[in-house]
Amino acid sequence: MAQGDYIQLHEKRYGKRLDHDERQRKRKAREVKKRSRVAQQALGLKGKRIAKQNYREKVQMKKTIAMHEESSTRRKIDDNVHDGAMPAYLLDRDPTTRAKVLSNTIKQKRKEKAGKWDVPLPKVRPVAEEEMFKVIRTGKRKTKQWKRMVTKVSFVGPSFTRKPPKYERFIRPTGLRFSKAHVTHPELKCTFNLDIIGVKKNPNGQMYTSLGVVTKGTIIEVNVSELGLVTPAGKVVWGKYAQVTNNPENDGCINAVLLV
Amino acid sequence: MAVEEGASTSSGNTVMCLLTNPEGEPLGAPLYLPQNVGPPQLQEIVNKLLNNDEKLPYAFYISDQELVVQLESYLAQKKVSVEKVLRIVYQPQAVFRIRPVNRCSATIAGHTEAVLSVSFSPDGKHLASGSGDTTVRLWDLNTQTPLFTCTGHKNWVLFIAWSPDGKHLVSGSKSGELLLWDPQTGKQLGGPLTGHKKWITAISWEPVHLQAPSRRFVSASKDGDARIWDTSLKKCVISLTGHTLAVTCVKWGGDGHIYTGSQDCTIKVWETTQGKLIRELKGHGHWVNSLALSTEYVLRTGAYDHTGKTFSSPEEMKEAALARYKKMRGNAPERLVSGSDDFTMFLWEPALSKHHKARLTGHQQLVNHVYFSPDGQWLASASFDKSVKLWNGITGTFIATFRGHVGPVYQISWSADSRLLLSGSKDSTLKVWDIRTHKLKEDLPGHADEVFSVDWSPDGEKVASGGKDRVLKLWMN
Repeated sequence: MAQGDYIQLHEKRYGKRLDHDERQRKRKAREVKKRSRVAQQALGLKGKRIAKQNYREKVQMKKTIAMHEESSTRRKIDDNVHDGAMPAYLLDRDPTTRAKVLSNTIKQKRKEKAGKWDVPLPKVRPVAEEEMFKVIRTGKRKTKQWKRMVTKVSFVGPSFTRKPPKYERFIRPTGLRFSKAHVTHPELKCTFNLDIIGVKKNPNGQMYTSLGVVTKGTIIEVNVSELGLVTPAGKVVWGKYAQVTNNPENDGCINAVLLV
Repeated sequence: MAVEEGASTSSGNTVMCLLTNPEGEPLGAPLYLPQNVGPPQLQEIVNKLLNNDEKLPYAFYISDQELVVQLESYLAQKKVSVEKVLRIVYQPQAVFRIRPVNRCSATIAGHTEAVLSVSFSPDGKHLASGSGDTTVRLWDLNTQTPLFTCTGHKNWVLFIAWSPDGKHLVSGSKSGELLLWDPQTGKQLGGPLTGHKKWITAISWEPVHLQAPSRRFVSASKDGDARIWDTSLKKCVISLTGHTLAVTCVKWGGDGHIYTGSQDCTIKVWETTQGKLIRELKGHGHWVNSLALSTEYVLRTGAYDHTGKTFSSPEEMKEAALARYKKMRGNAPERLVSGSDDFTMFLWEPALSKHHKARLTGHQQLVNHVYFSPDGQWLASASFDKSVKLWNGITGTFIATFRGHVGPVYQISWSADSRLLLSGSKDSTLKVWDIRTHKLKEDLPGHADEVFSVDWSPDGEKVASGGKDRVLKLWMN
């Protein structure tokens, strides 16, 4: 690893070596073997990284080859006789009708009502109550043990005011309160920092849902107005559901994936 | 002038009338007619003035509204002043009268997939249908049973067309090939005609007054070109390329030009000896779905008419067809109407100019099918907005809307006397509309699924319809 440009300086002053081109050529020829030797012998993380890189390149190469091959071979007309024969005036037209679109929206509404969702994380590890709450001892002799502090991340709305401290049973520490989440759009594959509107459902129980506790697998509602989504009717969508994909209490941030 | 002496001329008022033919030319000088004159008397007057040997029926229209009562009542209703000359337009009506069909006489199963097109032969004696099960079937109209099953296509049969002399049947399929059939035996004549690369959208034969026996036909395809084929040489003689997108419809006009409408929003007019482009008619904003010619019905039926006469030689047929065509056309040039996805239609006179004569707006969804009436006086358009609209066939002014369907209207067909209109729709019903009263005449439910194709036989006896439920229904009176 040359530090400085003394090699280039020498080359500039005295020119290249006489066998420079020959040596370059031979080095390039050996590159191939070197690459394969390195890929086979590298261990650990480095090996994994090299393997992943090679795989990616291989996939790309295959795709480009297939693309080029597509244009040179002549495709035969699709000979199979399909079902659903239509006259010529209907052939170029979209067969999905308004009825189907309507039935799809109705089905979505029904699903929302039932609370059944097709979520990316269908099963999450159940969190026990001892893990979720820490018992806070209060009182002059620290004998009363009816208070609990939430050890996981929680969301409280913007207009949240604590109950009078003497009577609040569940303490949600401000250090573990978050109002924003990093939401990834599954198809666009980009992540946005969106405001949380509320906690819709915590899989560990409805008590946690009402408290606003956010653990892995929780469905939260986020403000997507900045994404600029519009319904088929023309209305602007400003709230969508997302499912939390990490353990926020360990990472210090809430990562979620949008449910489309 | 025969005026009924029995009826007393109570008011004694007379009105000045001028009888004009549909094109606007006056028949004789203006006449002073008493006000109790009605359509029967006017009919006699017209017959006398035209020196007709037989009493032909006429219908009378004052400013596009039919005159059914005596002039007196009409004037009172409309409060028209007697000072001005009243223009009465007379229109010849068909001598024969077709009865509306009202019952399904037969439901013939046979196809194993949806029926995509049905067509009667020009003499009304044969019926053929093409279907998604790749067969063309010929049906016996006397016994209402299947006659022949013609296999040979590799994919759905999208379009069938009878030659105007009734001797050949050609069918086009989704794989782009055309097959010729002999309707008497049901056998294929020769091999498949290949050349198109994508599916066939429309077929039209050369009129029999230009050539008898019928030899040539033109086919339009999704690949953007139209081809002229010769049945005796069994190959493509000319290829009309020029459209950039699919050609959706093609018509062979009576003056020997071919009109093609395409998805690239233009209509091209071609001449047939060398396949050169004569004119390009631009104006539509979206796909051109359907074309209609004012002489279309006469070209389709060729030499056959309601008298049911048969011809022994092709020359005789050619002469009779030519006479019929000349009578139908008169002195006016052929009119062409195109219906498009941009919800409007244009009325063109392609022989005169490349600018449209009129723009027919009013539909709220795409126009799928346009069809001139057999006498050329009316134009009907079927649209996906569930309505059928009636227009004046000469000027293109709107006359009436027929509402009643609950689904998009796919195809329409006229009865041979131009008094009844039939429409088939996605809601599985067929409806017969009366042109005179602008109302629904008959409702024909019965199909189990969408109705894709309807046809009224040229002799007016039967209606055939086929659709997604795979049965062919014959309707009679």
